[in-house]
Amino acid sequence: MRLNKTHAAILVIGGLAIALFITLFSPFASSSPDGLERVAENKGFIETQKAPPYEIIADYAFPWVGNEKAATVLAGMTGVLLVAAVASGLALGLQRAGKRRPGGANGRQTAADSDT
Amino acid sequence: MHIPDGFVSAPVAAAGYVVAGIVLAIAVRQANRKFQERLVPLMGVMAAFIFAAQMMNFPVAGGTSGHMLGAALATILVGPWAAIIVMACVVGVQALMFQDGGLAALGTNLVNMAVVGVLVSYAVYRVAGALVGDNRRLKYVAAFCASWLSIEAAALACSFELATSGTSPLHVVLPAMAGVHALIGIGEGLITVAALAFITATRSDLLPTRREAGLETQ
Repeated sequence: MRLNKTHAAILVIGGLAIALFITLFSPFASSSPDGLERVAENKGFIETQKAPPYEIIADYAFPWVGNEKAATVLAGMTGVLLVAAVASGLALGLQRAGKRRPGGANGRQTAADSDT
Repeated sequence: MHIPDGFVSAPVAAAGYVVAGIVLAIAVRQANRKFQERLVPLMGVMAAFIFAAQMMNFPVAGGTSGHMLGAALATILVGPWAAIIVMACVVGVQALMFQDGGLAALGTNLVNMAVVGVLVSYAVYRVAGALVGDNRRLKYVAAFCASWLSIEAAALACSFELATSGTSPLHVVLPAMAGVHALIGIGEGLITVAALAFITATRSDLLPTRREAGLETQ
């Protein structure tokens, strides 16, 4: 299957919009300890945890944003765009690497795709 | 399930980096070999959605929360190798930028969430998917099973790492981790099936064909 440019653009814009929309609700996510933290507390090894050597956006909140909810949403949106950029960059790199190889995946892909 | 620094010993952390590094190298090679055009937009969107979904902790029993992992959804949509790369992007950014999961523990977290989560999802979905054929409802059942088992398998891997590190004995940490993640896995399954149903209803062209899913060779 191939996506034409319009379909790919709709996918990227629509998909990113959905992911960004989800982050609007992140301030209302449960702040209870997660599964591993719960087990660590109950089984008495939570104390072995070490503080991270540096903090950038620790606890999914920008430290310099006063409003707690806004700090969380902004952190979430930053993360969404960042992982999207990293993953897309890797995908583009893989695509280019495939094209450079003679008889690479993309050549076969195109021929085989005509019947799907 | 993000392991902070301190929970795993230096040898376990190092072993995690080695295993994660090897599997990531294989994943890049395999994804490159079978690269599909649709992966360029899909991988980025997949990573974005999984990052957002992982922020949405939902309550499970007894003052505990869980959140989606996304390994099963990514595996079903983009295949195991691209899914490993997508999960590694998410877990890597979480550790480096958000201090969610330790730096030393990043290798073990990659093993649990990107490698074990994806490979178990793939094995279960492939076997169950082959059994159920083209029946859409049964496919959702297969996706639910893959999701639930991916969480349990990642929790078991995490337990073994904690036990090997001497942090908590296996007979203590394993039942506790398996128990709480059995509940979190139900959430994982429900979100994965809901996401697949949404994609089927809106953009069924994004679902892999049988050949792309590796169910047919030609």
